[in-house]
Amino acid sequence: MYAKTENQLAWLYVLPVVLLVAFNAIIPLMAVVNYSVQETFGNNIFFFEGVKWFEQVLHSERFHASLLRQLAFTGIILVIEVPLGVAIALAMPRKGPWVSVCLVLMALPLLIPWNVVGAMWNIFALPDIGMLGRTLNRLGVNYNYTQQPISAWATLIAMDVWHWTSLVVLLAYAGLSAIPEAYYQAAKIDGASAWAVFRYIQLPKMKRVLTIAVLLRFMDSFNIYTEPFVLTGGGPGNATTLLSIDLVKIALGQFDLGPAAAMSLIYFLIILLLSWIFYTVMTRGEEQR
Amino acid sequence: MARITLENLKHSYQARPRSDADWALKRLDIEWSDGGAYALLGPSGCGKTTLLNIISGLVRPTEGRVLFDDVDLTDVPTDKRQIAQVFQFPVVYDTMTVYDNLAFPLRNRGVREADVDARVNEIARMLDLQATLRRPAAGLTADGKQKISLGRGLVRSDVNVIMFDEPLTVIDPHLKWQLRSKLKELHQRTARTMIYVTHDQTEALTFADKVVVMHEGAVVQIGSPVELFERPRHTFVGHFIGSPGMNVLPCEVRDRAVLLDGQAITVQNPPAAEIGGARAEIGVRPEFVSFDSNGFPVEIVKVSDAGRYRIVEARHGNSRINLLIADGAVLPSEGARLRFDPAYTRLYADGWLVE
Amino acid sequence: MRRLTWLVPTLYILFLLLPIYWLISMSFKTTNEILGSFTLWPHKFTLDNYYKIFTDSTWYSGYRNSVIYVVINTVISVTVALPAAYAFSRFRFLGDKHLFFWLLTNRMAPAAVFALPFFQLYSAIGLFDTHIAVALAHCLFNIPLAVWILEGFMSSVPKQLDETAYLDGYGFWRFFLRIFIPTIAAGIGVAAFFCFMFSWVELLLAKTLTSVAAKPIAATMTRTASSSGYELGLLAAAGTLTIIPGAIVIYFVRNYIAKGFALGRV
Repeated sequence: MYAKTENQLAWLYVLPVVLLVAFNAIIPLMAVVNYSVQETFGNNIFFFEGVKWFEQVLHSERFHASLLRQLAFTGIILVIEVPLGVAIALAMPRKGPWVSVCLVLMALPLLIPWNVVGAMWNIFALPDIGMLGRTLNRLGVNYNYTQQPISAWATLIAMDVWHWTSLVVLLAYAGLSAIPEAYYQAAKIDGASAWAVFRYIQLPKMKRVLTIAVLLRFMDSFNIYTEPFVLTGGGPGNATTLLSIDLVKIALGQFDLGPAAAMSLIYFLIILLLSWIFYTVMTRGEEQR
Repeated sequence: MARITLENLKHSYQARPRSDADWALKRLDIEWSDGGAYALLGPSGCGKTTLLNIISGLVRPTEGRVLFDDVDLTDVPTDKRQIAQVFQFPVVYDTMTVYDNLAFPLRNRGVREADVDARVNEIARMLDLQATLRRPAAGLTADGKQKISLGRGLVRSDVNVIMFDEPLTVIDPHLKWQLRSKLKELHQRTARTMIYVTHDQTEALTFADKVVVMHEGAVVQIGSPVELFERPRHTFVGHFIGSPGMNVLPCEVRDRAVLLDGQAITVQNPPAAEIGGARAEIGVRPEFVSFDSNGFPVEIVKVSDAGRYRIVEARHGNSRINLLIADGAVLPSEGARLRFDPAYTRLYADGWLVE
Repeated sequence: MRRLTWLVPTLYILFLLLPIYWLISMSFKTTNEILGSFTLWPHKFTLDNYYKIFTDSTWYSGYRNSVIYVVINTVISVTVALPAAYAFSRFRFLGDKHLFFWLLTNRMAPAAVFALPFFQLYSAIGLFDTHIAVALAHCLFNIPLAVWILEGFMSSVPKQLDETAYLDGYGFWRFFLRIFIPTIAAGIGVAAFFCFMFSWVELLLAKTLTSVAAKPIAATMTRTASSSGYELGLLAAAGTLTIIPGAIVIYFVRNYIAKGFALGRV
């Protein structure tokens, strides 16, 4: 690489970015912080309440339940999507005419507006008139995602896997493509088995890509709102009410500004903390070099 | 240990090669004798890496056969050919220690751990790697990693030939000679057949007993470094080897006499018959050109200092002629004339030595 | 066993195409057929749904609005990200690492957290229900992403390029526009692709900040599902049409997907 030159004037280059992002980030966050420590009884009159809202949110059963559901959801999809994405990337041809076709088709779900994804699966999984729902019921499975929490969860997870696994595939494939052919040739000469090639060559060389993939999936699944909202609305009951859905219900639905604001901050802090932990754990090995 | 024969070999990377240019390797027959130290020398794109990969089995030749000790291995995959290859950039298994890297080829073949240990230590000693055996391979410098790559080839006792594909490319210049001498030493100790591909003539000429010079997919000459230097069979060989390379001057052949601008030149290989319409050239190395008042008139263009001698660049008509003079020698002030030593001046027709 | 590995991507792609096929086939059915019986393909093929969308302005304006704010956002994001990424890539300055990290944290922000505050903010400055509001709001996520991607591409361009240009007498802007940008064209393509992608698919903020004039197609669709009963055929047609811009964009960047995608950052 090369050394960067010191140049304090660089701030001029970053100024537009800083202004635009700060406008969108800092002003609203200031408002959120503001609301989180105040009480209002309407009429735009606010009273300072200190940490009352934070305590209320942190102790509320509802918040705990949503948080647990969210953690479960994120955990499950990570465990499914990452290995599945890697496996598909490994199974794809490394060159040839089919590569472009495969990648284009796989990328398709990533560019569908999230509400269309939700609506698509909403109808697709309907037990009476949806292709999936009806087929499952015909095969003897008692499936109705609008009424059964388990079915709702299964559908939600299937939808997310359908929607986002391709991102892992594309990233993993890019990482695999970057491995020079010489490594595979050397492995052949050394008599290495396919598993050894995966374990000693492919997996280590994909580490950086996988870190990005895991982080992105973690963050985005933790923040997910639209698809589950359109699919189940958070139901049946609140079986699939994840954190964002709950937050929006409180903020835009009930207009409970104080608790919503406190919950927002706690939410944001949780994801920052967890992301930082994930990032540190996964890049720990890099510092050794 | 094996004698490797390449028979009728031709290779094209295209599915339906049409013209000559579509063939990466034109027809060749070579035999590599057991235990020899060979260099495969040529400019980029001449086909040397293709040839190497055909021998190792990474590429299957379009036509022809590959024989190890007269056994046809053309269709046999790489891991069954008992070869080892060191690549242009170090290929090591980053997650393993140096020890495990060296042990890897043995363990894959089911060798007993005690034997593995003995072998790894022996090779590590040969390569001066013992101190780093327990360290992660990823932490070594480029030359250390190349040694590991080499070690993985040496550690197997069943290896027929070790091939090197420009292995010093990423090594620091001041370490290159060290690794080069180490390779030569290893060849002498282990007596394995080694084939060393490079575009650097110094590497080729110092490592090899026999050099195979390639140009545009064809083998141009096989010979010892001295042979290549003193008796190039093709103007390309003369040009490519030596610094500066051989002087090549267009000439005429009339009545079996070689004429340079009307003046007769004595050559080491006067033509026994007419050469017809072929392009005639004489080739003579700068080392065998000298100033002589009875010689061939030229104009001195430039003099460069090359340390212990000086290179004089002279011009005659459109041709450039280089010659070497000693450091303190005096240049003729005007009317310089050159003489070519007849013992080392040769006639070439269409680039090939006339014989 | 080796022979069958092609089966894996094939099955996966079939799995991906199935719900899409279902959606497209529904778009050519009448709502009666959809609700009444289960058919694998349209028994009574109809173009009525599409006709309605192309003629009813509440529908096609939704598409127009979405395209408008997505394009505005992509242009803004990439344009401001270019000099910033250049600075991060070439210079050291006070607080540079922290600034970069702060930018990335915005990418992690839950949109839900910003829904209400954005509503109040953009209403307060009189930009509620405008395309520019959604375009600006999406900058929160897209600018950090664009900076991140572009910085990665720029860092793999050796600094000798800059120095050579300055020695040749180029001023900064001439160098940047004439030499540097063409060199990282792939990176710009990737960044633009991602900005387009995230802006096109995002619903929550787009819906919150608009009501009539700049209403994106996504919002129009959700309205249909709830208010006028289940006009499923219409919904399916609308959904199918939203897939098309995405498909077109992927087609254009298909050569980059394998490489450019993670080239800068991996």
